Amino acid sequence: MSATTLGSPRGSERRRARNRSPEPGGASRVQASQVLAMAFLFVMGLYFLLPVWWLVVSSTKTTGGLFSSFGFWFGHSFALFTNVRGVFTFEGSIFIQWILNTILYAGVGAVVGTLLSASAGFALAKYRFAGRELVFSVILGGVLIPGTALALPLYLLMSKFGLTNTIWSVLLPSMVSPFGVYLARVYAGSSVPEELLEAARVDGAGEVRIFRTIVLRILSPALVTIFLFQFVAIWTNFFLPLVMLSSTRLYPITLGLYTWNTQYGQTPNLYAYVVTGAMISVIPLIVAFLSLQRFWRSGLTAGSVKL
Amino acid sequence: MSTAAVVTTEEVAPQRARVRRGRSSRKIAAPLLFLTPFLLLFAVFILIPIGYSIYISLFSVSTSGLGLSGATSQHFVGLHNYGTALTDPAFTSGVLRMLLFGVVQIPVMLGLALTCALLLDWGRVKLRRFFRLAFFLPYGIPGVLAAILWGFLYVPGISPIVSILGHTPVGHVDFLGQNLALWSIANIVTWEYTGYNMLIIFAALQALPRDLFEAARLDGATDWKVATRVKIPLVFPALVLTGVFSIIGTLQLFSEPEVMRTLSGTITSTYTPNLMAYTQAFTFNNPNYAAAIAVLLAVGTFILSFGFLKFTQRRAAAAVA
Repeated sequence: MSATTLGSPRGSERRRARNRSPEPGGASRVQASQVLAMAFLFVMGLYFLLPVWWLVVSSTKTTGGLFSSFGFWFGHSFALFTNVRGVFTFEGSIFIQWILNTILYAGVGAVVGTLLSASAGFALAKYRFAGRELVFSVILGGVLIPGTALALPLYLLMSKFGLTNTIWSVLLPSMVSPFGVYLARVYAGSSVPEELLEAARVDGAGEVRIFRTIVLRILSPALVTIFLFQFVAIWTNFFLPLVMLSSTRLYPITLGLYTWNTQYGQTPNLYAYVVTGAMISVIPLIVAFLSLQRFWRSGLTAGSVKL
Repeated sequence: MSTAAVVTTEEVAPQRARVRRGRSSRKIAAPLLFLTPFLLLFAVFILIPIGYSIYISLFSVSTSGLGLSGATSQHFVGLHNYGTALTDPAFTSGVLRMLLFGVVQIPVMLGLALTCALLLDWGRVKLRRFFRLAFFLPYGIPGVLAAILWGFLYVPGISPIVSILGHTPVGHVDFLGQNLALWSIANIVTWEYTGYNMLIIFAALQALPRDLFEAARLDGATDWKVATRVKIPLVFPALVLTGVFSIIGTLQLFSEPEVMRTLSGTITSTYTPNLMAYTQAFTFNNPNYAAAIAVLLAVGTFILSFGFLKFTQRRAAAAVA
């Protein structure tokens, strides 16, 4: 409502309506609960942000500083740049390799995986064929299978073909996302109009061309959502690379930092490197995905409609 | 689509016929074409490993001769590995530990998530966007890095939390000791996933029709009543979804205890069933036994999450009736 209506008869009516609050003293009680709610949210905010704040502050400290200064505030020295240089040059600059590997596994894995999910989800939403519901149920069942229960037999199978300790052993399994198919089916079902497909067919377009030029374009916001989910799923998946990879040159960042985290005995400086390495890998990702937050929400809405 | 404009009526008729004739073969061919790439990978990386896992769990490896140089042979043992697991105190105590963990951690986390979601959905609270972002942020941090990070916040000497508590009447707190280690892990998991679950519930709340709340308010319902009597029942499916995901996550617990193992003597290599499977496969070189544990874990997850779904559905049905 615009400000011009204020003071007009309708405005005063609104004011009266507000005064007609359900019970006497309601206004002060609402105010009290408002304060309480804000206090609760602030405490929760502190809980979620303080560890990240600790990470940022600690990445400016030397290993000695980590032990000798108060954790939630800066120390005497500002060693951030020394730490960053240390992280990037330690063990023959392997950290850079880890960053590239992570981008390969999570980035390429999620892009290909999203396209596979979109095509499968589209087929399940827009074509009627025998066994469609069965196929969908089996795929949905895949959501419930713990990923870690799959990694072990997968390792044994892959070692038979000499595929363990290769980029394929992490990249290929990461492309399969049953949840992505589920999301794609929900989106395609609700946002790709039947008439449009029919019209394109009448125009003589083949099914593949329809999918490439029409369906993918309509689904593009949904594809971003599916991509984000899969990207984070691969980026946070620790068990698969741990099981599959033995050569450090193939590690993603998570596995690399995990290894450094177990080697403090040999290299005390690693404390500062692990903290700074974690900071470097976490901050850009947080910025990226917070700025894409609306895509998360739309995906989560779709995820909770059906179940 | 511009081609349609130049098609004359004479041309349309045969084209239509062609489309119709092609339809029946296309009916199978097109969806097959779109499904095959995914299903191929799904079969190779999900179905076949499940089958293989079940298969090798029925075998056992024995070494003939005198240990070191003896040849190994596989022989069929049926359900023997399952029997071993179910009577292995290391396995059963790991399972019980996860159940205890889940019974406490999941309600706490979902309670916090629901409260935050309801508050952020409530029009009278300020800074809603900021809080939403802040709560969701840990979800982008992998479990390993979260565990490394929290590990620093638990270790005396580095942890500012331990040093602050040391100056209060609480005194020295041993976050990594026998009494607290499990709950220190629970705290990491809560920190990571509360915001994610909050966002699922929040999205469901936002999708509800607003005039419903207006109607309830006009009928004299307070905001509190709107929240508890209208909003919570309506977002119940979202709560069930978060519940199922949390159960799956809890039974899979691995990264956090694995990282904390270097910090705490209490956390052994059999602390969680998953950790035990990993240890059996890679430290003790017993993939058959590890496969049996993995299968039991998957079956347990299935039973628990389906059981939970059925239970909540029945309760929802009872509430409606």
